[in-house]
Amino acid sequence: MATERKRKKSAPPLCIEGEMSIYRARELKQTLHAPLEKTATIEVDLSAVTELDTAGLQLLLLAKRSAQARQGDLRIVAHSPAVGEVFALLQLDGHFGVSAPASSDTPQRH
Amino acid sequence: MELDQALQTFIAESREQLEDMENALLAVGREEEDESEKVNAIFRAAHTIKGSSGLFGLDHVVAFTHVVESVLDRVRDGEILLVDDLVSLLLSCRDHMGMLIDAVANEGADAGGGIAEQGAPLVARLRGYLDAPQSADPPAAAAPAAAPAGDAAAEDPADDEPAGADRWHISLRFGPNVLRDGMDPLSFLRYLGRLGAITGIATLSDAMPDAAEMDPEACYLGFEIAFESDADKAAIESVFEFVRDDCSIRILPPHSRVSEYVRLIRELPEETARLGEMLVRCGTVTAGELEAALDTQTVQSAQPSEAPRQPIGAILVEQGSVQPAVVEAALARQKQVNELKGQESRSIRIDADKLDQLINQVGELIIAGASVNLIAQRAHNVELQERASTLSSLVESVRDSALQLRMVRIGATFSRFQRVVHDAAREIGKDIRLAVSGEDTELDKTVVEKIADPITHLVRNAIDHGIEPAEQRAASGKPAQGTVRLNAYHDSGSIVIEVSDDGGGLKRDRILAKAIERGLVEPGRSLADGEILDLVFEPGFSTAEAVTSLSGRGVGMDVVKRNIAALRGSVSIASEEGVGTTVTVRLPLTLAIIDGFQVEIGKTAFVVPLDMIEECVELSAEPGHDYTNLRGQVLPFIRLRDLFKVEGKPARRENIVVLKYAGQKAGLVVDTLVGEFQTVIKPMGKLFGQVRCISGSTILGSGDVALILDVPSLVQQAIQQGAPQVSSKQAAVAASAC
Repeated sequence: MATERKRKKSAPPLCIEGEMSIYRARELKQTLHAPLEKTATIEVDLSAVTELDTAGLQLLLLAKRSAQARQGDLRIVAHSPAVGEVFALLQLDGHFGVSAPASSDTPQRH
Repeated sequence: MELDQALQTFIAESREQLEDMENALLAVGREEEDESEKVNAIFRAAHTIKGSSGLFGLDHVVAFTHVVESVLDRVRDGEILLVDDLVSLLLSCRDHMGMLIDAVANEGADAGGGIAEQGAPLVARLRGYLDAPQSADPPAAAAPAAAPAGDAAAEDPADDEPAGADRWHISLRFGPNVLRDGMDPLSFLRYLGRLGAITGIATLSDAMPDAAEMDPEACYLGFEIAFESDADKAAIESVFEFVRDDCSIRILPPHSRVSEYVRLIRELPEETARLGEMLVRCGTVTAGELEAALDTQTVQSAQPSEAPRQPIGAILVEQGSVQPAVVEAALARQKQVNELKGQESRSIRIDADKLDQLINQVGELIIAGASVNLIAQRAHNVELQERASTLSSLVESVRDSALQLRMVRIGATFSRFQRVVHDAAREIGKDIRLAVSGEDTELDKTVVEKIADPITHLVRNAIDHGIEPAEQRAASGKPAQGTVRLNAYHDSGSIVIEVSDDGGGLKRDRILAKAIERGLVEPGRSLADGEILDLVFEPGFSTAEAVTSLSGRGVGMDVVKRNIAALRGSVSIASEEGVGTTVTVRLPLTLAIIDGFQVEIGKTAFVVPLDMIEECVELSAEPGHDYTNLRGQVLPFIRLRDLFKVEGKPARRENIVVLKYAGQKAGLVVDTLVGEFQTVIKPMGKLFGQVRCISGSTILGSGDVALILDVPSLVQQAIQQGAPQVSSKQAAVAASAC
């Protein structure tokens, strides 16, 4: 049962679109933590994220920590150059298990 | 008061650490042991001293030790090879640290300014290693001028060595309202990136509460940043101008002292060990410096709160952002701390005076016990006798335990000679190694203290006279490296210490010639080999052709002999020309209480150390003879009655006590064998210093005084008496020697 549910839940990665910033922080906290109610490990697709600021980053760190607290993990399956730029700046690639950004040299911000 | 005691402990422990360090340094290059283990041992010693000195505010010790530690850290990382030159330099550093500690011991914590300055040349040489590129060549000539010209270093060149990094360290903690105020910490970091390069950064989210309490609009993050830049502090500060009021910023310039990093770590809210790892992670401090920080922290807080450290280490490795080595260092540190705690609880330090007092009291107890025993026997009360004998056996085991407290392994003394050999051999340009065996042999602490000097003499002699120059060794087919050997073992109540070398041996004809020249021996007299060799113990006797700085001035062997005789010991020499020389020192195991055997001549009681008694047999010699037949062997003996001119007629049935000493046997004719007796040795007064064949006195249960016989000289005397070929002249020589 559990595995079945997990498979069902984790099959489509959680997809976040648009900006991950202070303006959407409350909403994003919900979005990231909702799947964690059901399963310990979540996969997140950040390829459509246009902007990542400190608030957004914080939420990712928090979600990962919450997942790890339940013996699970948060995996980032894909990320946009904007996200890659932040990860590179803070040297967090290793922390989030993403490969070193090869194409994220051009920060795209508005 | 309490601090003072702690300081004493610090001094004692530091000396031990220095000893360990020296041993490990001297062990370098010996194949049988693991090299990295030695380096670790050296590092640990320096590191511990630094850590504890910091605790006592001994800044000059910390400053010097830190430089040593930094070099060792690079040795440990394999960046510098531990070659001969460096070993010598580190040995000198060890000595200097010893002097600093001694100064603290003598003058208190404020002392050492003058001595600290003497360390400057050493520091300069050490810096040569630090500044050198990461090459394996020993940059012995690297100029001290190459020392970093950073602010901190310029202010106080003799002070603490800068931490490994030549980067700024920036520590940021953003206030919770930063985000709401429309500022994004990330943009500050991006802006910072324009002033230079962020070489390492660690993101800290420790302040962030669990999901339930976390306010998504508040900022909880902090950053530790290693930053490489030519900009000055003001320029870096100006980056954070807009958040200055809402953010805590600490900026440390490049080459800051490690102590400042440690202070930084302390001031920040996060857990110390975690922060330390963060600093390592962003490359500001090295693993070694992290250890230092952890060390001080553990010592100071003394909290057993190590538990959180390990998971964090694990996480860091998991992230792939920390070299496992760093975490290993932290883990090893934890383990070491735990081990140390274990050791501490297993041993305690006691003032030697208190021990002596205990031994004295046990001695009194034994005497009192003996007199109770005596009275119990006289009273013919069986019950009392039984109790008294239980009491005596208890007293006996108390005595053994008490004496055991004073027993120390000779290994510590032996290892001191590694240094003696190392230095002396270097001084005279010989390649000599010291082989040590029997380190676990135990002997009384008071004896240990007193034999160090005579043994040093013997070792130096072996190095200087014994081992031949390399060419000569090669010519006679010996390995180029000479060997000096120290060995110790127990033998019938004595401890035997052998100092041997594989050198050229003593040249008998030369000794004899010299003895004749000095009038010690009449020309034309033929002497046994052993007797010729014993001549070197005569005052003013030296066969060395040239006087060197080590020995050969003719003060030596006679002094050695006298010192050892003063400990109721003896010394003998054996040598084979071309093969080597062995000097054997025999010492009593203890100077305080022994198992004795009581004998009587008429009404006079004597005590013989039990360990030296082989057996007792009935006297069956022809009248007038000084020897008897002991199972087919000639046993020379001495009539104690004659020796001490005791009046009265010999008993009808006399007994022989067969004594054994240094492989020789002799008999002692006495009237009565009384039995075993626990003997508390009371030294003879100065007045009796020249009395031969008596080594001390003791008090019997009856309150009577019994004399303790000096077995070595008795055996010698018996053998000389029993050997008619020995002339009176030689006997006199031998007598004056004992």
